[in-house]
Amino acid sequence: MANLTIKNLKKSFGETEILKGINLEIKDNEFVVFVGPSGCGKSTLLRSIAGLEEVTGGHILLDTKEITDLAPAKRDLAMVFQSYALYPHMSVRKNMSFALELAKEKKEVIHNKVAEAARILELDPLLERKPKELSGGQRQRVAIGRAIVRQPKVFLFDEPLSNLDAALRVQMRLELARLHHDLNATMIYVTHDQVEAMTLADKVVVLNQGRIEQVGTPLDLYRNPANRFVAGFLGMPKMSFLPGKVTALDASSVTVELTSGTTVTLPAASEHLSQGSAVTVGVRPENIDVVEPSESSLTGHMDIAESLGSDTYCYVKTDGQETLTVRMPGNFACNYGDRIGLRLHVDECHLFDELGNAVQKPSRLAA
Amino acid sequence: MKTTALNAGPASSAAEPKQDSRQGSIRKTSRINRFMVSPSVLVLALWMVIPLSMTIYFSVIRYNLLYPGDNEFVGLENFQFFVTDFGFMAGMSNTLLLVGSVLLITVVLGVLISLLVNQAFWGRGIVRILLISPFFIMPTVNALIWKNLLLHPVSGVFAAIWKFFGATPIDWFSEFPLFSIIMIVSWQWLPFAILLLMTALQSLDQEQQEAARLDGAGPWALFFHLTLPHLARPIAVVVMIETIFLLSIFAEIFTTTGGGPGYETTNLAYLIYSQALLQFDVGLASAGGLIAVVLANIAAFFLVRLIGKSLTEKQ
Amino acid sequence: MLSLKQRRSLNTLLMGVLAWGVALAIFFPIFWMLLTSFKTEIDAFATPPQLFFSPTLENYTLVNERSDYLHFAWNSVVVSFGSTIIGMMLAVPAAYSMAFFETKRTKGTLLWMLSTKMLPPVGVLVPIYLIFKDTGLLDTKTGLVIIYTLINLPIMIWMAYTYFKEIPKEVLEAARMDGSTLFQEIWRVLLPMSKGGLAATVLLSLILSWNEAFWSLNLTASEAAPLTALIASYSSPEGLFWAKLSAVSTLACAPILIFGWISQKQLVRGLSFGAVK
Repeated sequence: MANLTIKNLKKSFGETEILKGINLEIKDNEFVVFVGPSGCGKSTLLRSIAGLEEVTGGHILLDTKEITDLAPAKRDLAMVFQSYALYPHMSVRKNMSFALELAKEKKEVIHNKVAEAARILELDPLLERKPKELSGGQRQRVAIGRAIVRQPKVFLFDEPLSNLDAALRVQMRLELARLHHDLNATMIYVTHDQVEAMTLADKVVVLNQGRIEQVGTPLDLYRNPANRFVAGFLGMPKMSFLPGKVTALDASSVTVELTSGTTVTLPAASEHLSQGSAVTVGVRPENIDVVEPSESSLTGHMDIAESLGSDTYCYVKTDGQETLTVRMPGNFACNYGDRIGLRLHVDECHLFDELGNAVQKPSRLAA
Repeated sequence: MKTTALNAGPASSAAEPKQDSRQGSIRKTSRINRFMVSPSVLVLALWMVIPLSMTIYFSVIRYNLLYPGDNEFVGLENFQFFVTDFGFMAGMSNTLLLVGSVLLITVVLGVLISLLVNQAFWGRGIVRILLISPFFIMPTVNALIWKNLLLHPVSGVFAAIWKFFGATPIDWFSEFPLFSIIMIVSWQWLPFAILLLMTALQSLDQEQQEAARLDGAGPWALFFHLTLPHLARPIAVVVMIETIFLLSIFAEIFTTTGGGPGYETTNLAYLIYSQALLQFDVGLASAGGLIAVVLANIAAFFLVRLIGKSLTEKQ
Repeated sequence: MLSLKQRRSLNTLLMGVLAWGVALAIFFPIFWMLLTSFKTEIDAFATPPQLFFSPTLENYTLVNERSDYLHFAWNSVVVSFGSTIIGMMLAVPAAYSMAFFETKRTKGTLLWMLSTKMLPPVGVLVPIYLIFKDTGLLDTKTGLVIIYTLINLPIMIWMAYTYFKEIPKEVLEAARMDGSTLFQEIWRVLLPMSKGGLAATVLLSLILSWNEAFWSLNLTASEAAPLTALIASYSSPEGLFWAKLSAVSTLACAPILIFGWISQKQLVRGLSFGAVK
C-alpha cells in the first residue's frame, strides 16, 4: 500500500516562500502529475517529498508513517532525475545495483532484481556499458531501471522527458504509461508539458506560485477548470479569453456584453454576480466556428491560419480588438484579412468572475 | 522552524517511530557546512591571527634576541629606524626594480611566445613542455645553475659566447648583481606567464576571428582589436599573482649574493630576514615585516577582487 | 609569387622554427645542467665549456656518499607528501561543503582563504621562528609539514572546489536516494568522478611543497633540511663542485619536472587561483 498524504507543506529558501501550504492526498497506484509554469514550485514539492530538500513546515506521511524528516533513503521512494544522474564511472549494471549494494543485499538477490528490471526495460544488451556509451533514451531507461530495482512504494519523476527529442518523447510517454500498468505502482510525475499531464495522469495537480490551483482528473480539469489559470494552462492551443460586463442575469443564465458590443448569453449559476460585474468569457478553439460575417453578431477579420493537415488553427482579431483561436477542419481555407463571423458554442463556454474564479454551470451541477 | 509535535491523523493512533539518528534523518545543511569547513577555517585563522598579532606586538617593543628581556614599549620607533635605515631605501628600490623588471619581461615575452605557440606546428607539444619547464625547477637550483654554469665569468656558457664574439666576458654578479637576479627570476617566472596566457588563448573565439578576417582585418588588427582585449584579463591575473610572489623573492638572493654587494641585491624580504636572523633585531624586523604585509595587501586586494568576479561569472 | 596555401605553409614553417628556437633557448639551462651532471669536475669547469666529453656516472653513483643525498631527499619526500595528505584531508570536506551546500558566506570564505596565501612569509618569519624555537619544532619535519599544510591549504581547497562545482549535484542526490551515507557519497561517487581534478590538486601541492624555498631554508638546519636546503649549501663550497651540483640538482628536480609536464593543463587553474581556466 502506498498512500501519500501531504499536510500544509511549506518550504522557504531564505526569505522567499516557494511552497505556501500544500495539502494533497495521493492514493495507492495513482499516477499523479504535478504540472505548472516555471517557478510554480512543482520540482520543489517533488524534492521535498523525496527528502532532498528540508521543509520549513507541514508534514508528509507515507501510509500514515511520518517521513517529513527522514533521510531520502529511508523513505522507500525512488527518483528518476531530469538529467538521469547516472553514475558515469559505473556500468549500467552497477548503476542499477548500487542501492542494493549499499543496503547490503545478498548477491543473488541483487542479480535477480537487476535482471528483472533489465528485462522489463529491454536493457539486457547494455548491462556492461558505461553511461557515456548510451543514447539519451537508453540512459533514461537506466535511470528508471535504477528506481525499479529498489521496489519503492512511490516512484518520483522529475521532468524525465524534457531532455529527449520530440519523437523519442512520444515513444517514452507510451512506455511510461505501460510501465505504470505493469508495475502497478504509485507514481508522482513533474512536468511543465500539459500534453504529458493530460495523457499520463490519473490525477492532475496544477500548481501556481507555490499553491495548488486545482486537483482532478485530466478531463475534469479540462472541462471544469476552477479558475482562469487552470483554464488557460491546459489545452493546446490555449483557451481564448474575452473580457466583458454582465448586462442581464437570471437564475440559470448570464448575458455578457463583450468589448465589441456583441452580447452572448451563457448558462451559468449567477448567485455571486450582479448587473455590471466585470467577467471574462473563456472559449476553447474547438468550441468556436468561423461563419459568414452576416451569420453572427461577433465579427472580425482573419489574422494567420496555421494548417496542420488534420486541423487548421485560425488566429482571429475581432472588431473589438480581442484575439481568438479557432479550430477548423483541415480543409478549411481562408485569406489573411478576410472578414469573418464567429459563432460560439455557448454551452461549452466558461465564465470567470473578476477574481478569475469559474462561475458554476447549472447543467454541470445536475451531472 | 518545524514543529516536532505531530498532528495525529485519524488512522495514526499508535506512537510514531522515534526519529532516526543523525544517519536516518535529513542532513541539516548548516550542520554539515560547519562540520566540514570549520577545521580548515579554524586552522587558517589561527595561522593568520597568531603570527600576525605577534608581529604587530613585536614591532612596537624593543626586542633583540641577543638581549632578551629588554622589551619595553617603544611605539613607532622600530618603524622609524627601519625606514631610515641605510638598507631600507635600497631595499625598497630594489624590490620595486626587481618586481617591475620581472613583470615587464615576463608579460611582454609571455604574450609574444604564447602567441607564437598558439598555432599548430610540428612538435608543438614538446615545445610547450620545454617552455614551461623552468617553472618547476627549485629556486635554489635555479640560482646556482645560473650563477655557476651560465654566468660564471670564466667557465660559464655566457662567457664562452662572449668570447666567441670577441668580447670580454662580463662578471655578472659583480658588475650587474641586481640584473643577474632579475635574469634568474624572469627565467623562472616566464613559463608561468606563458602557461596562463597559452591557456587563455585557447579560449579565444575562433568564429570571431574568422568573421573579422572576412571583414578584411589583417594580423595586426586582429591582434590589437581581438586578441589583446581577450588577453587583458589573464594578463592582469598574471601581473597580480606575480607581484604578490615577487615581492617575497628570497631564495635566489640567499643562495647567490646574500644581499650584496652592499645592499645592491637586497630586497625588502631579504632585508627583514637579515635583521631578524642575522642581526637578531626582532623588533626592527617585525616592523619591516608589517610594511611588507601592507604592500602585499595592496596587490592582494586587487587580485581578490578579480578572482571574486571570476567566481560569480558563469563560464 | 607563392600561392595562398604556399604562403601559409611557409608561415607555419617559419613560426615553427622560431618557436623551436625559443623553446630550446629557454630550456637550455636545464639541458646544460643535465649535461654537466655527466661530466667529471675537471670537464665541468673547463674553459671553454665543453659540449662533447666522455661521460661518467660517478656523480650519480657517489651522490649519496658525497652529499648524503638520500637523507635530504627523504626529508623532501616526507614533508611534501605529509603536508599534501593532511591538506587533502582538510580540503576535500571543505570543498565538498562549499561546492554543494553553498551559502551566502561561501564566496567570502573562499576569498578569505585565498588571501591568506598572499601574505608575504617575511611578515611572519619572526613569530613563526620564535614559536618553533620555543615548541621545539625548529629543524623538524613535523614543523615543516605544519607550515606547508597551512600555506598550500587555500589552493587545495580552491582547486578541489572548482572541480567539484563541475560535478552535477543530481548524481550525488541520486546516491543519497540510493541510500548512501555522507562518507559513501563522497568516497564512492564524488571522488571517482573527480579523480582527474583531485590528482592535479595533489600534484600541485607536491610541486609547491617540494620547491618551497623560504621556510625550508630558515626553519631547518641539518635534521629536517629538504633538498632545497641541500642545494643552497652548495653556494659556498670548497673546491670544484659543478658536476656534483648538477647531478644533485637533476635528481632533485626530475620528479617535479615530470609531475609538472603531466599536469600542466590542470595546474593552470590552481596557479591562477581559478581566474584562468
